[in-house]
Amino acid sequence: MTALAHTAGAGTHAGGPAPGQGRRRGGIAAYLLLLPGALWLVLFFLLPLIQLFAVSLQSGFPGYPGYYYRDVNAGNYLTAITQFAGHFGRSLLYAGLATFFAFVLAYPLAYAMAFKAGRWRNVMMIAVIAPFFTSFILRTIAWRQILADEGPVARVLNTLHLLPGGRITETWVAVVAGLTYNFLPFMVLPIYASLERADPKVIEAGGDLYANGFTTFRTVTLPVSLPGVIAGTLLTFIPAAGDYVNAELLGSDRSTKMVGNVIESQFFRVLGGFPVAAALSFTLMALILAMVFVYVRRFGTEELL
Amino acid sequence: MTSKPPPADPMLRRLAQLTISRRGLLGAAGLGAAATGLAACAPPLPPAGGPAAVKLPTDRSDTEKVVRWANWTAYLDYDEGTKKYPTLEAFIAKTGIKASYTEDIEDNDSYVNKVAPQLRAKQDIDRDIFTLTDWMAARVIRDGMVQPLDIIHMPNVGAMLEPLKDVSFDPGRTHSITWQSGFAGIGYNKAKVGRDLKSLDDLWADDLKGRVVVLSEFRDTAALIMQQQGVDISNPFTKVQIEKAFAEVDKRISDGHIRRVKGNSYLEDLKSGNALAGIVWSGDLFILRAETENPDWQFVIPESGGTLWSDNMMVPITSTHRKNAMALMNYYYDPAVAAKVAAYVNYICPVQGAQREMEKIDPELAKSPFIFPSADYIKQHNIQGFRALSPAEDAEYSAAWAKVVGN
Repeated sequence: MTALAHTAGAGTHAGGPAPGQGRRRGGIAAYLLLLPGALWLVLFFLLPLIQLFAVSLQSGFPGYPGYYYRDVNAGNYLTAITQFAGHFGRSLLYAGLATFFAFVLAYPLAYAMAFKAGRWRNVMMIAVIAPFFTSFILRTIAWRQILADEGPVARVLNTLHLLPGGRITETWVAVVAGLTYNFLPFMVLPIYASLERADPKVIEAGGDLYANGFTTFRTVTLPVSLPGVIAGTLLTFIPAAGDYVNAELLGSDRSTKMVGNVIESQFFRVLGGFPVAAALSFTLMALILAMVFVYVRRFGTEELL
Repeated sequence: MTSKPPPADPMLRRLAQLTISRRGLLGAAGLGAAATGLAACAPPLPPAGGPAAVKLPTDRSDTEKVVRWANWTAYLDYDEGTKKYPTLEAFIAKTGIKASYTEDIEDNDSYVNKVAPQLRAKQDIDRDIFTLTDWMAARVIRDGMVQPLDIIHMPNVGAMLEPLKDVSFDPGRTHSITWQSGFAGIGYNKAKVGRDLKSLDDLWADDLKGRVVVLSEFRDTAALIMQQQGVDISNPFTKVQIEKAFAEVDKRISDGHIRRVKGNSYLEDLKSGNALAGIVWSGDLFILRAETENPDWQFVIPESGGTLWSDNMMVPITSTHRKNAMALMNYYYDPAVAAKVAAYVNYICPVQGAQREMEKIDPELAKSPFIFPSADYIKQHNIQGFRALSPAEDAEYSAAWAKVVGN
């Protein structure tokens, strides 16, 4: 920081700084460095958030659907919570399931990449990242085709009589599978980064101290990778809870809708639904924030807080 | 302000519930201003709509030779080989106006609710023409979201079919020009269903459970069901009657018979085989048949009747290319051009004289009742237009429908 402050100071004050002023100007430089980011956040995060909050308290104009006026109408929040409780529950449940499945799939994969892959490591890395080269929505639409009734998966399962409802799309299974698929890389990469950074000697030491493989994993490897696991679960759970693409494309009209879908339909389909949609967005945000706070407090490491 | 707005002055309320005419709205505004003075707590007035209150943006058509058109899927002749729209290309070549075309509209609600806040705030939505169904056209015209058109600069439009020339939502066609009209009915894959579907009861047959898609607007789906229940949708019907149709849809969704309720993207479900049949729009099935070269795709008007609707081209209030937009509308009313479009989209062509032009392109299509229906055909098949709803009914039924379809 001192070095940065010095160069910044040198540009503005050719005379050279007096010793006592260096510290103060260091502060200014730090603020200047923060400025672009802060400006960005204020412009594209804070202001829209304030606007959204204002909308969430508006009232519809009686008799003129689609027109609103400024108000302090907390009733929107009541509607959001009472009328759409099921959607909130489903969002958290599906996001939780997707996070769990993503973890179960990602941990062995990240482990293999970090310790066993050898020269295949880069290939595996590309395989994990490659899906990002195509749009998330297009990939989900592709899944819709793959899982379609007359697609290969449903046909095989139907022949084996393993598909109770006779179909995969328009079920919660498809939605959770889609969420798991779409957010898997966000789980793999942080866990891989944690494991890859781990000192192999520490893990070897477990064996040297007569711990069997499982005990070493439980007491050494897993704790070492915990920051990655925490980061991965957050990166998966938070966007998955707010996601609406998977439920829209792979789910049904009623029984698998998540909060994101209700927000979308309140905004775009229900005339006069803006305030409730904004209230739903805010409630979801608060809910996730609270859950993440508790979670990180309970399991988190210093590296995250 | 209290947490809930106090009930407005009953007089004002009654005025608001009437079908709002231009004068009615202004009158309400005037009365409202007086009411606001009396009751300090009454909510502020909404911006008065209607053309009188509208200041048109400066038309830059002469310097900016562009026109940007938002339309529905599969609604303009398209050449798979060149990936272009032949009639649109011809328009560009003829006039030098660069026309861009986007298939933005999935259904009326989602499109208009998305752009309405921008239009009310007078922000450009990057479109100079949008194409909306009658009832939504009524709403955007009433709300002052579209610009008036100069019929005098569109000589071809005189060839519009007589019944379309004077419609209740736009008397004298001062704000909208019909793009196409069509029917809603039953579409299905005959080979996979294995029989002919003739009525809605056939659609609810057990073996089609979970393989049926229906349209997301109640003026299509619920209307067909109302007709089956013996209701005349073109004349005043009661709330009980429409709710009975909603209940039927509700039941079919709950028991899993209806797989999805969708806008224009229902076509994908038919293509992928997730759905074998559904309540659909006439032209789409003919395009599907042509695209897949599969004659098994069938469209029928149910025995109990079908619906007739029109989509209308309008110029959004924020467009600065009104003249170019009118040039494009005028171009598509040239009977030869209209026939080319109709030969592809298979919707009802709104242009007189197009049938003669069609004979040169495809004599078979010139006889198609789905493109050039005769008055007899419409009468025989009990094809009706959904009656105009008052704003209050519109809001009430839309909200009830939104719940039924899971919104």
